[in-house]
Amino acid sequence: MHLTDAERAMRDGERGPAVARAMDLLIRYGEALGAERLIEVTNVAGTWSSTTPWVQAGLDRPDDFATIFSRFNLDSDETVEMPPAVVPTCQLIHGIDTRNWQLQGFTADQAALQRRSEAHFGRRGVQWMSTCTPYQVGNTPLKGEHCAWMESSAVVWINAVIGARSNVEGRESTGAAAITGRIPLFGLHIAENRRASHRVRVECPPETMMDWGLLGYAVGEMVMEEIPVLAGIAARPRPIFLKHFGAAAASSGGVEMYHIPGITAEAQSEAEALGGRAPAHDHVYSPAERRRAWENLQSASDDAVDFVMLGCPHNSAEQMIEIARLLDGRRISPNTRLWVHTPRQIRALCDDGGITAAIEAAGARVMSDSCPAINRALPPGTRVVATDSAKQAHYLPAIAGVQVWFGSLEHCIDAALTGRWRGGP
Amino acid sequence: METRERILIRGRCVVPGRAEAPAFVTRQTVSGWGGIDARTGTITERRHEKAGQSFAGKVLVFPGAKGSSGWSHYFHMTRRLGSAPAAMLFTVMTTKVALGAVVTRVPAMTDFDRDPFAVIADGDLVRVDADAGVVEVFKRG
Repeated sequence: MHLTDAERAMRDGERGPAVARAMDLLIRYGEALGAERLIEVTNVAGTWSSTTPWVQAGLDRPDDFATIFSRFNLDSDETVEMPPAVVPTCQLIHGIDTRNWQLQGFTADQAALQRRSEAHFGRRGVQWMSTCTPYQVGNTPLKGEHCAWMESSAVVWINAVIGARSNVEGRESTGAAAITGRIPLFGLHIAENRRASHRVRVECPPETMMDWGLLGYAVGEMVMEEIPVLAGIAARPRPIFLKHFGAAAASSGGVEMYHIPGITAEAQSEAEALGGRAPAHDHVYSPAERRRAWENLQSASDDAVDFVMLGCPHNSAEQMIEIARLLDGRRISPNTRLWVHTPRQIRALCDDGGITAAIEAAGARVMSDSCPAINRALPPGTRVVATDSAKQAHYLPAIAGVQVWFGSLEHCIDAALTGRWRGGP
Repeated sequence: METRERILIRGRCVVPGRAEAPAFVTRQTVSGWGGIDARTGTITERRHEKAGQSFAGKVLVFPGAKGSSGWSHYFHMTRRLGSAPAAMLFTVMTTKVALGAVVTRVPAMTDFDRDPFAVIADGDLVRVDADAGVVEVFKRG
């Protein structure tokens, strides 16, 4: 792989041992990809989370952040301290809610360790946005900006909706990118790789949040890791619909980029989305495909719901207001728990605006920083879950061994209030 | 073993190294985070054709990665927990699978001169020499 003089100097240790280890990893990674060279990135989103049992395994002291950083953010056997990040760098979703840790079953020591890790890496430039949706709390790269982001649902957002450029990176590559400002030139960093190869003719136009989740789940299975263009979307979606669509498509498949002519950043027309070529594959999304996606998302048979999970990807402020309105003056079932997840910055907004109080007055809890799929923290005894998230419905059975109902926000609120699942396609 | 049918495949080295182990073959992509139990190397995705089976110590033959960006971290964990595959052979290159193979530190190859799924079946003995870009397959039975 070709390296610039500056990159060779980094590899050879001129900017210290951590940067040298980072370059070593980026070179191994770039060569694995078959990349010709590295590219400069100006925005990094990754994870420096230090509290999970696996990251903690084998440490002499739990706050040995240098060892954690070296092992898991650089894949380095040599222990090095993290130097300051050289580009804007943010922390994605992690394991412990620093306010609701007790409810999640964590100890005071674990919560304190989380806060210490935030201060440790925060001083080195990591912004603890602590959400899977940094784009909802001010981290919005520009069109064409090269980024190194983790979190499949966020990567597909910045690629498709904004037109920034990132592959789905991992913990180790974003750890290296933050202190070098480099990532291998591959995949979606290259303009010609951003065109659609699949066309999905949408004969069953999505209207609701649930519809967009179902469409995303079906499209992910159709195209896997390829790029689709959706034909036949007439009504402009709300931003939250695209958030749900992308997260679902990145769960059932590996969709990192898509086009909706007239709506997403790099497709004024279907022809532009396809780069002037005919689609290599044509698919149809009809009511039958919608129905199949709905059925594939259901893993529950018992209609007695123990736990309702909302906010995957993390809720926007408008979603929080909608939930507060649906819960207004009502009380959730004594047999059911309802957790509503939103970024800590939006939680602050909801705290000040009376939204948190309205939601919690109904017996629900407003949670941040994490989610049950990330930390496996569900209310004790949970067997049956209801969620409005296709992503959560996809992953929770494998991660937490629970049955999951997928449906609309209204279905989920009804389940929380009655303790029964009465949703349908 | 010498009486077994022997098939040779050539490909590109992704991660250098050599390994020899029985094959674990799936034509379905694999999720890392939310798709495997890193303690045992078991596929846990609910609708996966290999759900409940472990690739630990085997040559994992698969199209590639899908799902969350936690892919590399979870395969990294299989190395630390002793449940990593012996080698990885895959057909679709993505950043997830490339980084995952690098940090799992097992021999890995792609870009084969013939379809590995047409040649390699579960339980065949597979000898991977990523340095030389060669995979030898010894058919089972």
